[in-house]
Amino acid sequence: MTETFYEVMRRQGITRRSFLKFCSLTAASLGLGPSFAPQIAHAMESKPRIPVLWLHGLECTCCSESFIRSAHPLAKDVILSMISLDYDDTIMAAAGHQAEAIIEETIQKYDGNYILACEGNPPLNQEGMSCIIAGRPYLEQLKHAADHCKAIISWGSCASWGCVQAARPNPTQATPIHKVPGLAPKPIIKVPGCPPIAEVMTAVITYILTFERFPDLDRQGRPKMFYSQRIHDKCYRRPHFDAGQFVEAFDDEGARKGYCLYKVGCKGPTTYNACSTVRWNGGLSFPIQSGHPCFGCSEDGFWDKGSFYDRLTDVHGFGIEADANEIGGAAATVVGAATAAHAALSAVKRARQKGGES
Amino acid sequence: MTAIQTPNGFNLDTSGQRVVVDPVTRIEGHMRCEVNVDENNIIRNAVSTGTMWRGLEVILKGRDPRDAWAFTQRICGVCTGTHALTSVRAVEDALGIDIPENANSIRNIMQLSLQIHDHLVHFYHLHALDWVNPVNALRADPKATSELQKLTGPNHPKSSPGYFRDVQNRLKKFVESGQLGPFKNGYWTNPAYLLPPEADLMAVTHYLEALDFQKEIMTTRTIFGGKDIHPNWLVGGVPCAINIDGALAAGAPVNMERLNYVKGVIDRSLEFVKNVYIPDILAIGGFYKGWLYGGGLSGKSVLAYGDIPDRANDYSPENLLMPVGAIVDGKLSEVHPVDLRDPDQVQEFVPHSWYSYPDEKKGLHPWDGITEPNYVLGANAKGTSTNIEEIDEAAKYSWIKAPRWRGHAMEVGPLARYIVGYAQGHEYFTDQINRTLRTLDVPVDALFSTLGRTAARALEAEWAAEMQVYFFDKLIANIKAGDTATANVEKFDPKTWPTEVKGVGFTEAPRGALAHWIKIKDTKIDNYQCVVPTTWNGSPRDNEGNIGAFEASLMNTKMERPEEPVEILRTLHSFDPCLACSTHVMGPDGEEMADIKVR
Repeated sequence: MTETFYEVMRRQGITRRSFLKFCSLTAASLGLGPSFAPQIAHAMESKPRIPVLWLHGLECTCCSESFIRSAHPLAKDVILSMISLDYDDTIMAAAGHQAEAIIEETIQKYDGNYILACEGNPPLNQEGMSCIIAGRPYLEQLKHAADHCKAIISWGSCASWGCVQAARPNPTQATPIHKVPGLAPKPIIKVPGCPPIAEVMTAVITYILTFERFPDLDRQGRPKMFYSQRIHDKCYRRPHFDAGQFVEAFDDEGARKGYCLYKVGCKGPTTYNACSTVRWNGGLSFPIQSGHPCFGCSEDGFWDKGSFYDRLTDVHGFGIEADANEIGGAAATVVGAATAAHAALSAVKRARQKGGES
Repeated sequence: MTAIQTPNGFNLDTSGQRVVVDPVTRIEGHMRCEVNVDENNIIRNAVSTGTMWRGLEVILKGRDPRDAWAFTQRICGVCTGTHALTSVRAVEDALGIDIPENANSIRNIMQLSLQIHDHLVHFYHLHALDWVNPVNALRADPKATSELQKLTGPNHPKSSPGYFRDVQNRLKKFVESGQLGPFKNGYWTNPAYLLPPEADLMAVTHYLEALDFQKEIMTTRTIFGGKDIHPNWLVGGVPCAINIDGALAAGAPVNMERLNYVKGVIDRSLEFVKNVYIPDILAIGGFYKGWLYGGGLSGKSVLAYGDIPDRANDYSPENLLMPVGAIVDGKLSEVHPVDLRDPDQVQEFVPHSWYSYPDEKKGLHPWDGITEPNYVLGANAKGTSTNIEEIDEAAKYSWIKAPRWRGHAMEVGPLARYIVGYAQGHEYFTDQINRTLRTLDVPVDALFSTLGRTAARALEAEWAAEMQVYFFDKLIANIKAGDTATANVEKFDPKTWPTEVKGVGFTEAPRGALAHWIKIKDTKIDNYQCVVPTTWNGSPRDNEGNIGAFEASLMNTKMERPEEPVEILRTLHSFDPCLACSTHVMGPDGEEMADIKVR
């Protein structure tokens, strides 16, 4: 008989009060509001811990590093109390064949019932031998584990899109999980970002555990709850964009006043992520707040879209419902190069919003 | 071949039983290790193989040099930032860009916070399970554990018997559930574990405390760089403008509130390192001080580039607060200067790496580096090209190149830095070392060991935590004096650049000496080469047959049970291997990069 999440927490010395507090925080972090806390509590009281195999391909391990920085819930509680992290070669005690045996054991014991968490991606060139696990291509381990899993989480931009090793000319033919030839057709949830925000990672896990389903995904396979808005849409510097107040060069007067970073290359207007809402490291900050333009690390192929300091030429939004002409002549003059595109603003913006919802 | 002597003084014997460990876990990236043990289970030959390869350098070709920090930062997400810092320094060196004093202080705080975080997480979450047995902790007496805590770490407030009893209960129930998670299939009955149950319980408790605390350490980088992992950097300074008392300061990257936050983190980091990390190292070290295997190259040849410039833009050894120098053949009395521009000093060799050179007897300086992959297994390898059972180390056997300093295989990292510092009489380092040796009651030779490496890392975390305070105070003093500049953008526009320039940037990454060499032509990257710490430490053999630091460190170690690689993991982990770093190199073509065949 497998224990429930609640039983495990109680057994590990967590009081009922702390447990309920945890459920409220979880509800809040999912944007669900306090009324959902009892539902989460009920789910956790009656559901078993789910086994997770966390595999690593070509990567930099930034996703794992981000994960352990989760402030709510703590990584410790996720690992000890929410999931059963049976294989993760970055932190597991066992090595070599004792480590590999765990994969087989999990497959036998939980066939079709474990989560496969993928960090990094497999190379297809060099017969797959530019990423070797146990003397064989990582590709084999990945496909084998995928054959028997319940579902796949593609952590980060490597697993979701390919990321840096897949940037031109992608010498190893590093391939995102959903494009791996011959991979079993399992549900895949993409959690892109280089890395993804820690609390987004743990919220995705908590959501799956609580509601026993994947969150709603957009057309690209990302959870709508975190990836349906552009960083620009909720950026605290947005009023400066609307007012035509821009940083013209790093450390200028505008930079010191927290003006909009659009002219020094900010990709916030074209990047779908939760950085400007959830923010990073327990809600402490995000790149734009630190004075650096967003370079779009959660977007497909962001490495190959020109310099990070090049200005976007296809930004149309000046205020949610207004274009540059309505904002006023001053703003339009300052923006200069972008003004040509403003005429098409409203139509394009509506089309984009529609696209994001479907 | 059954027995040979390497030029750097190791006797290799391949006649005994071959033991394979693949994957080596609790490291960054992927690696494999094979050893031969004799009839007494003593390691007589060691082979380390880098088993991944990504190709960042070729991807960088033709790109904007100002973007290179972000690409190279993705070489590694564990030592995140140190590649970025190395990269912006290389570009600034090439273009002759000076950065403001505040940028130097902020960069140093970011780099130091990485040292602290990386060392702490390495010890507790990657390395501790080589010394600490969580299952044995169940047998501990919480009262005795409390006494041990008060004796070894008297300044840590969490020390009551009830506290340890609670943790033990949590652990007990976790183990009894049968779902051991990351502790599954560990080597918990192996006699290589020497701690009494009380020390195990104390260490496991701190494993959990450190996991909670580590997420705070690098939030300084969240303030200055916007996020952590992978904070933002800038050629010419730092992106975080300062606004202390002007209009709209509340929305500025750095204001009084942000500085107060940073100060709090810096203070708590110092406290945790002094009250928990250092005492734990001394306590655990006390029980293992008879286990002094793993010295390898550390008593022979070590290398440090130096880092943490006191004043901005001066990278001379006198201005670097981390020591610079090379020691060869164990002559501590002679510390050689290091010049990264000198074509005869740092060179990379490939006769045992999966790359080819026109002439493999010669090494190449990174500015002239070639990376032509050639994946081929040796004649005596067992298995197939896609199912390797045994490596043939007489042939090519790793995705890692073999860098050498004037022909010598070198160890880099915290221990190398501390040995160089000790040899030069670096006051703070020497005091720390003497204090540690005295507390453990061991001779200075004990430094040259696995345990020495692990201890040096902790000492360095303590030094880094102190230096964070120093640079924070320096930043405040400079702002107080009226200087709030954070970036020099005079040459930010590529139109201002010369047609052809080259530069080199270096840092001391948590794992050791790191440098990037860049050539810029017509405002784009023409060539980019990185030689990273794990390339030094994890290097395969070279043209002369010298073995690298990993392999050397495993030699002559006694294994309790060859089928359970506790001792191999213990010593390899003491280097904190970072394989994504070491094997990012790649050839110049796209599709068919490697010719795979088994001879």
